[in-house]
Amino acid sequence: MSGIITKISGPTVVAKGMRKSGMYNLVYVGGMRLIGEVIRIEGDSATIQVYEDTYGLKMGEEIIDTGEQLCIELGPGLLSSIFDGIQRPLAEIAGEYKSFIPTGVALPSLNRSRRWHFTPTVNPGDAVEEGDIIGAIQETTSIIHRVMVPQGFRGIIKDIAETDLLIEDKVAILEDGRDIRLIQKWPVRRPRPFKKKITSHTPFITGQRIIDTLFPVASGGSVIIPGGFGTGKTVLEQTLAKFAKSDVIIYIGCGERGNEIAEVLTYFPELIDPYTGYLLMDRTVLVVNTSNMPVAAREASIYTGITIGEYYRDMGYNVAILADSISRWAEAMREISGRLEELPGEEGFPMYLASRLASFYERAGMIECTDDGNRRGSITICTAISPPGGDFSEPVTQSALRVTGAMWALDTNLARRRHFPAISWGRSFSLYQLDDWFRENVADDWPEMRRWLMSLLQKEEELQDIVQLIGPDALRDQDRIVVETGHLIRENLLQQSPYSPVDAFCPMGKQYSMLKIFSRFYEIALKELGEGRDTDEIFTMERKMILKDLKNMPGEKFPAVTEEIMNRL
Amino acid sequence: MGVTKTRDMDLLTRKYRTTEKIVGPLLFVERALNVSIGEMVRIVLPEREEKKGQVIEVSEEHVVIQVLEETTGLSIHDVEICFTESVAKVNLTPDILGRRFDGIGRPIDGMPDIIPERRASITGYPINPVSRGEPSDFIQTGISAIDGLNTLVRGQKLPIFSASGLPAKEIAGQILRQSMVVGEGERFAIVFAGIGITFREASFFIEEFERGATLHLSVIFLNLAEDPAIERLLTPRFALTTAEYLAFEHGFHVLVILTDMTNYCEALREVATAREEIPGRRGYPGYMYTDLATIYERAGRIRGAKGSITQIPILTMPDDDITHPIPDLTGYITEGQIVLSRELHRKGVYPPIDVLPSLSRLMNLGIGDGKTREDHRELADQLYAFYAQGRDLRRVASIVGEEGLSEADRLLLRFADNFEMGYINQGDTTRNITESLDCGWDMLRRFPEDRFSRVRPEIMEKYYAGTNKP
Ligand SMILES: Nc1ncnc2c1ncn2[C@@H]1O[C@H](COP(=O)(O)OP(=O)(O)OP(=O)(O)O)[C@@H](O)[C@H]1O
Ligand SMILES: [Mg+2]
Repeated sequence: MSGIITKISGPTVVAKGMRKSGMYNLVYVGGMRLIGEVIRIEGDSATIQVYEDTYGLKMGEEIIDTGEQLCIELGPGLLSSIFDGIQRPLAEIAGEYKSFIPTGVALPSLNRSRRWHFTPTVNPGDAVEEGDIIGAIQETTSIIHRVMVPQGFRGIIKDIAETDLLIEDKVAILEDGRDIRLIQKWPVRRPRPFKKKITSHTPFITGQRIIDTLFPVASGGSVIIPGGFGTGKTVLEQTLAKFAKSDVIIYIGCGERGNEIAEVLTYFPELIDPYTGYLLMDRTVLVVNTSNMPVAAREASIYTGITIGEYYRDMGYNVAILADSISRWAEAMREISGRLEELPGEEGFPMYLASRLASFYERAGMIECTDDGNRRGSITICTAISPPGGDFSEPVTQSALRVTGAMWALDTNLARRRHFPAISWGRSFSLYQLDDWFRENVADDWPEMRRWLMSLLQKEEELQDIVQLIGPDALRDQDRIVVETGHLIRENLLQQSPYSPVDAFCPMGKQYSMLKIFSRFYEIALKELGEGRDTDEIFTMERKMILKDLKNMPGEKFPAVTEEIMNRL
Repeated sequence: MGVTKTRDMDLLTRKYRTTEKIVGPLLFVERALNVSIGEMVRIVLPEREEKKGQVIEVSEEHVVIQVLEETTGLSIHDVEICFTESVAKVNLTPDILGRRFDGIGRPIDGMPDIIPERRASITGYPINPVSRGEPSDFIQTGISAIDGLNTLVRGQKLPIFSASGLPAKEIAGQILRQSMVVGEGERFAIVFAGIGITFREASFFIEEFERGATLHLSVIFLNLAEDPAIERLLTPRFALTTAEYLAFEHGFHVLVILTDMTNYCEALREVATAREEIPGRRGYPGYMYTDLATIYERAGRIRGAKGSITQIPILTMPDDDITHPIPDLTGYITEGQIVLSRELHRKGVYPPIDVLPSLSRLMNLGIGDGKTREDHRELADQLYAFYAQGRDLRRVASIVGEEGLSEADRLLLRFADNFEMGYINQGDTTRNITESLDCGWDMLRRFPEDRFSRVRPEIMEKYYAGTNKP
């Protein structure tokens, strides 16, 4: 079926003769065959958002409706790939078209000529239904790709492959004659179904002290990372991509810089996953639509990313979605909404901003993949937010706050004084109840230690305010101990460098030991104060050095050295 | 300027006399067929006077044209619209070096039109992120606040956030002079886009090129303050298409200066207002981020290509406000920013760079052992830490007086002053990287060793003690 272009405005096109078209159908636009998607139908005319630059497009050119929705391809070969916002394979495009991305590129998302060794886990005669695993493929060194029965299939296995397969080959044939192939398609805007959502009590461990200790997020939870420009959102997202404990990482570069992606592509291939010892890229999928790439594809990139994530979740993996930045996605939505002349809400964003954000974050969660609960998977969402002027009162931050369970708020002042990660301990929060896990897996008194740290930092902040108002003389000696200890904690515990080979990743055992050491030191300081010593005698250079060196001691040494360090203090 | 006479008319061009309305810089033309987005049009007035325009929207009802020149005096009755069937293109040839053009690529140096090797659409295509090469070569600017603390690397986009009356162009000039220093077998070129700047500013740069004997290595696109405002939307694109050609097809290391991006954004707002679009923050269009990105992202390196594009955009922060949408959105796209401060300028500090809000995100790629020096990162971090503390204490000191501070705090306070006057304030001199780094250590030696928090012991040993001093 085809229509004719009657209007072109930026990334949106209107066409007539589209009466039979369906919402979200995939269309080819004009002689250049640009990829587009139907986003509004009114009588005979349809509005299409075009995923490529419309420069040079003409009135009267043809629109071809494929009759299918915008889908992405799911199957082995996703891991360690890099896709654009509508899952076009960027590495292959670079191979074919040199260094710039032209319009009208048509290349399949997944490699058609690579063979995968398939090992069946069911036999002919077995009854299967959608979501069941019928076999396995070692997709990368670290991840086994569990081949699942696609949605809408149910029946008895008649025949199953046991050989090397191309992605379009049949893996199984059902009694009813239908066949299952390695590749599946899924409409990006539709969440993949699951049996049951469950509450997760396991933290999403990141190896970053301020996060794991003070503001941990549940695996299957969601967190926003708002911060003005240059506060460290991207560095933090990349740090999570390297060190977060997760089976699969989906990194979505949504409307951000090309050079940042170049950096990921340069360094990631050599990096080792600290948990498995395998290559990091083996568990990673990159979805990248940089700021200068077409804006409608930027809007789609978030859906492409999370749908791939859900696919691995359904296999029973823990997946982290790291998106930088969700604001650019909201802005893409705003731009398209503006072209549609929809009624604008706050700051020109469409009225449905909040509901779209909510339905995106709702796709996080821990789920049961099977009725017996034996297979579980999760999606944890960590999104950067780029508030205009660094002011969090804007619509994207506020709408996201209402639906996510935690916020790691980045502070411009901390970043300017090069305190990194610039996570504000005053403004950040986490609503996840994970104390039990920490008690069981780290230490009995973990919750108490955590509360001690939080209250000390709060007290220090209050005292700093007083100092700013009436000067340091106003402090009592006890307060001075708080301020000095707080200072040492900020410098040596909260700060953590992603560039330091030792300190970039801090295991939980070391986090706990450090917490213990600092709290012991605080006790000693108070005791000595009671004995009449003055602060210079308490905060000696030697002691400061001991505390400063903690960061750079390898994680394996703890807790063995903890006692000895405490004695030295 | 900007108005040319034409004699004959291309028979193929389609002409329309159906202009239905004029709103600000926009013309609405009815019943025009077969028109494409981005297509250039000629607007012919009686007397055969002619202006240029560009199609920005097409529909069955009308075609919307943004007129790149003044619309004053245009009347809907007597204009004739000629569609050229071509999007805006720039003429490219290596002979373009040394030439000077107006804001939309017409020669203004009295020399004939160039004979193009090829013509390229000024919008270009996005660089495939996979094909990008990582910027990694240090550019020595001779300015300690930049080299020492916010290092510039080849392929970076690093804007200068200025404010009215602050010496942004002098700093840009210095960077220009220094970045010409290239290695053996490397070639260097400058592409300069003057966007709504005054004649005086333009002359400053041109003299700068003459002084540095780089005029023959530069390509200049000039849209002056009195030139048509809407033309400004095209000027940086002409410049960047030229830069891409020189860098990625002819292997030049190109330094692109775009000044002043604030004027560009004003033009963008003017068109949006005329189109009655829903305004975003402070009246600027909601798509300004995306639009600016299509300019700023045209910097970098490409794997396998010899050249590079380094961008130094200059912008004026309205009301000195860094949260204004123009600096704000710029900072969200560029790889850092050099922020000028009125306070330092008043104190007589030159260059008046406030290092706290300044940042070079690619610094780590260009520094360290083998590039600058092993102590660079830690030295910079420590200077930042002390300076930030010192600046905070200024506020406290203004309340309780210096006497109210501890000896340790007084040290920090004095450090902040010395740092501004001794390290930042270098006047017209240039310092090489070793001098900048050593100057940093000279500043730090005021502190006893136990006050240091960002420097590893082995580096302290080597540099603090001064054993490495030349
Ligand atoms: N954890 C960190 N350790 C050391 N330096 C950091 C850290 N985080 C950020 N930085 C510094 O801050 C700079 C900016 O960080 P980043 O690019 O992550 O900011 P951002 O919040 O993503 O900004 P934008 O919104 O503009 O993309 C980095 O280039 C680096 O110099
Ligand atoms: Mg970022």
